[in-house]
Amino acid sequence: MKMKNIRFSRKQLCIPYALFLFCFVILPLAVIVYYAFTDGSGRFTLANLLSFFSNGNTIGTLCYSLVIAAAVTLVCLLIAYPVAYILARSGLKRGPVTLMLFIMPMWINFTLRLTALKEILTVLEGNLSLHPFLNTVIAMTYDFLPFMILPLYTTLLQLDESLLEAASDLGAGPAAVFFRVTLPLSMPGIISGITMTFLPAMTNYVILDMIYNSTYIMGSLIGSYFNIYDWNNGSMISLILFAVICIITLITGKGERNNAENRGAIL
Amino acid sequence: MKKILSYSWLALVALFMYIPVLVLAFYSFTESTTIGAVRGFSLHNYVTLFTTEELRDMIIGTVLLALGAAVIASILGTMGAIGTFYSRSVTRTIVETANQVPVVNADVVTAFSICILLIVVFGIEKNTFIPLVIGHVVLCAPFVYLSVMPRLKQMDSGLYEAALDLGATPFQALYKIVIPQIVPGIVSGFMLSITLSLDDYFISTYTKPATFDTISTYVVNATRGAQTEIKTALWALSTVIFLVVILAVVIMNLASGRQGKRQEVSLYENREKD
Repeated sequence: MKMKNIRFSRKQLCIPYALFLFCFVILPLAVIVYYAFTDGSGRFTLANLLSFFSNGNTIGTLCYSLVIAAAVTLVCLLIAYPVAYILARSGLKRGPVTLMLFIMPMWINFTLRLTALKEILTVLEGNLSLHPFLNTVIAMTYDFLPFMILPLYTTLLQLDESLLEAASDLGAGPAAVFFRVTLPLSMPGIISGITMTFLPAMTNYVILDMIYNSTYIMGSLIGSYFNIYDWNNGSMISLILFAVICIITLITGKGERNNAENRGAIL
Repeated sequence: MKKILSYSWLALVALFMYIPVLVLAFYSFTESTTIGAVRGFSLHNYVTLFTTEELRDMIIGTVLLALGAAVIASILGTMGAIGTFYSRSVTRTIVETANQVPVVNADVVTAFSICILLIVVFGIEKNTFIPLVIGHVVLCAPFVYLSVMPRLKQMDSGLYEAALDLGATPFQALYKIVIPQIVPGIVSGFMLSITLSLDDYFISTYTKPATFDTISTYVVNATRGAQTEIKTALWALSTVIFLVVILAVVIMNLASGRQGKRQEVSLYENREKD
């Protein structure tokens, strides 16, 4: 082939990235599926799947992590919504600067922040393992709060003022304006906030490890199979988690299109 | 009344978020080894932090890894975004879907799957750092892609065509016309990559060489062991990082403030011309 025939085209730029995604995103998933449905010697088996659903421990862990995740998400939402609302809508002079105050912790290494929290909680409570559920919720809320505040703030900031004025002109009281106009319009922010906290809360088991919690969440199962080199069962847990994540993503739809912004890309 | 209530809510939440870090920062300047009794001012934690070889190597390693991963991720992600932006919608949908996977997926699952593929199936040694770097790039590149894409969509597509008509080669047009317009997206993707990589725990644990530690893996191991010397040195580290973040935020604000003003000025000038 002559060099002349190979013309540079803008489209070709995506080839390296497409290959990269195929090799290190799609292929790993395929390998996980393969390992999840085979046994140690590579024969097809459903044993991993069945043992997950017949084992009281693993099912218990799944339920426990769903409860933890729901509790953490709810607490984060209840704390973060008023914060985002005040920052975005109450005409603070230095709104964006104050926002930085609430976003900044996201850029400090989370293990270091948790060490700090642990020291404080130990002073307040003594033995942290006495209240495992409470401490897990506190620690995760502490860690994930900025990720809930940011998407809520962005949505509330973009809210069309004239709609709120129209509602109150048409006779709605402040409560009605909030519940029937503001809240429904901030749904996209709420949804991306929920996806930013619910999934990590189900999987981030280091937080539990660091706070000395004896109970397990879904992520810990992967960790413990990894530690004993059980790739097959580990893959099955990963696959189940991935399925849960896919389901949640499908339900919430395009909620996290702006995910880059939600992670704190405010340049 | 309403104002007081809302300000006290903000203050309360801010306290919850900052008190642990601030208390630790305070104690990092004392000789105390536990929170409670204050035992006199001392900088020995900072001396330990910067002179202990183990700690220094760990910090430098983490930063180098973050920079390296961010550079690779920025190049890959930007090329990917430009390429897909001009591709057929089928290609675009496929790449966008694959791109979304690491973004929504749990870090543990991403880490575990990469670990299995590279280390168990391909048998790549962890000591080569290849799995670690690839893992971090997988974590970061999708966010670069997501930061660059909106910039491409905002771009005036006529400029590229104009450059071609005026005799630029496609490569020149890309380099001189397209890239400059998406620089803010690339920069923001790069910064985001750095913070993601610095904050990562799972990808690192599952793919790192046994003798190498990032800040996260080191801290988690240190909380299991009970070496007081190291524990209080980590308080100092947390304080240093806190200060660096504050500094970065201030610089960023100043920079974007100036940029905003410049934009206002140029708008004003344009209006004058009209």
